[in-house]
Amino acid sequence: MQISIRNFTKTFDATTVIDDMNLTIRDGEMLALLGPSGCGKSTTLFTISGIHRMDKGQLMFGDRDVSGLPSQKRNVGVVFQNYALYPHMNVFENIAFPLTVRKDAKADIDREVRAIAALTHISELLERRPGQLSGGQQQRVALARALVRKPDVLLLDEPLANLDAKLRLEMRSEIRRIQLETGITAVLVTHDQVEAMSMCDRIAIMKKGEIVQIDTPADMYSNPRTSFVAGFLGNPPISFLSGIAMENAFSVAPIKLRVPLVPQEGIADGTQLKLGVRPEHFGPEGDIAVEGRIAFAETQGRENLYDVALADGSVLRSIQPAGRNWALGDTVRWHIDSKSVFVFTDDGQRL
Amino acid sequence: MTRNFATWPIILLLTVLSLPLFIMYLFLLVDTFSNTPPGSLLPNEFTLEHWRFLIDPTITGDIWKPTLTTFLFAASMMVIVVSVSATAGYALSRLALPFRRFVLSGIMVMHAFPSVTLIIGVFLVLQFAGLYNSLIGVILVKASLMLPFGIWIMKGFYDAVPWEIEMAGVQDGASRFTVWRRIILPQVKPGLLSLALFAFIDGWSEYMLPRILAPSSDFEVLSMYLNTVSDPNSSTYNFNIFKSVGLFYTLPVLALFVLFQNRLMNIFGGGTKG
Repeated sequence: MQISIRNFTKTFDATTVIDDMNLTIRDGEMLALLGPSGCGKSTTLFTISGIHRMDKGQLMFGDRDVSGLPSQKRNVGVVFQNYALYPHMNVFENIAFPLTVRKDAKADIDREVRAIAALTHISELLERRPGQLSGGQQQRVALARALVRKPDVLLLDEPLANLDAKLRLEMRSEIRRIQLETGITAVLVTHDQVEAMSMCDRIAIMKKGEIVQIDTPADMYSNPRTSFVAGFLGNPPISFLSGIAMENAFSVAPIKLRVPLVPQEGIADGTQLKLGVRPEHFGPEGDIAVEGRIAFAETQGRENLYDVALADGSVLRSIQPAGRNWALGDTVRWHIDSKSVFVFTDDGQRL
Repeated sequence: MTRNFATWPIILLLTVLSLPLFIMYLFLLVDTFSNTPPGSLLPNEFTLEHWRFLIDPTITGDIWKPTLTTFLFAASMMVIVVSVSATAGYALSRLALPFRRFVLSGIMVMHAFPSVTLIIGVFLVLQFAGLYNSLIGVILVKASLMLPFGIWIMKGFYDAVPWEIEMAGVQDGASRFTVWRRIILPQVKPGLLSLALFAFIDGWSEYMLPRILAPSSDFEVLSMYLNTVSDPNSSTYNFNIFKSVGLFYTLPVLALFVLFQNRLMNIFGGGTKG
């Protein structure tokens, strides 16, 4: 079901957390709300669920206006960060709870619970208590409980934050598989760009209560609209150089760096600019030479990560395949791939 | 388990310190089953005669009626305290009530009052309501005096229940009341149980309130009964019988403590689950 948020404003006491936000989640897609803590992503999620009320604006589930409805009447499934399973009920009772509240027939409940348990691979755990389950299993139960009454939308609040690294990888693909199999519209709140990029159809990056950019993961990575977006996506992160515009080129005078601003002409000389260079676009190959010294080297097995300090003190990150190793303190003359860099104005807007 | 200090000095110290108490209780127990000749410390015969009051009402009067009254008194007080605390504690912990802070501090202040200081006001209210000299009146007063404690304790237990569990229940389509009854209440069961025990024991041992608020009524609780038995001017005065009645009176409390001591300690853990 398509979910649309229109002109949504939310204030807590005197602080406006979200101001006039518009967002449409397409039917059957999985959308990530990505942003640093305090950016309003969880507020948005809990507004869709009905836990928070909108101060202004409209929330539509399909053609139905649900802005004024309490949580109970919205038909929304939520998976909380700490799973929020009911500790005194076993797994079956946990999953069945939404159905027993609705007073479904006992045979129907049994059938539905077993079907959803099969989908989430927890059929053999139905008699256990939440306390006897591992984190990943609890996560599956929470998913099953959220999905069992076929909600209009599934909301996931940092669902992987409490899992250890290996389980996180497994559950990432599991959640995506279950979402695709049920075809449900889903919203994922996370501060982890890897989760957002790997699990979702589209990402909405939020900052201070506003959606900065909404795009598919690939588009957002290769075409960020602001320096904030560019800095948020990618691991290791992008590095920025400060400079000025000079004769249709980005220029850092002290180190004689000149990167031509190909598509953008007519920027006044002397304008302050920022150049964003992703680690994979700086290395031995490229077209614009930069000299520097290896200030930090980290082995990651398949790849090595280097910080290269330039003569003026700024640092460029680089990621290189293992094999040809540079040592700490080596002086290198590497190149920036000028076609893949991003140029931003001083306040972070992409040129 | 490794020990980084010897335990025996502590055990020795505790033994010495608790010895007087232990000896007192031992003699209480021994004296109820034996006779000791005057001038002697040690008993010289075993007898059950001091326990005859259980079957023979002529010795000290019928004991079963006061026992039943005391049980009723303690049990109804327990029911009132538990049901009011369970609901009020939840409301104070979770609902956005007007004057919530004021109510909370008010409860705290009331908890600080010794009940004796309120007795004149309570007397006036009971007199006005026509409940003076009645068992119901005393139960209501005793229960309401315990409520601040109970509500405060239950609020602590509710505070420890994660917010998400409650929201999950609401999201699953249940009303706030259903969520409270089916999800939240089971989480605070340890608190309810220990509060119930405390209320029962408190009611069982109450002496002053029935004495003051129902002095001439026709019901009698065990503490008042014990007082009659211990009256040195009464013709039935017998120190060993007094001890036996006292022991009989304490037995249910002792039994509850032995059975539920872990639960009772739970209440001071601030609501973490034991």
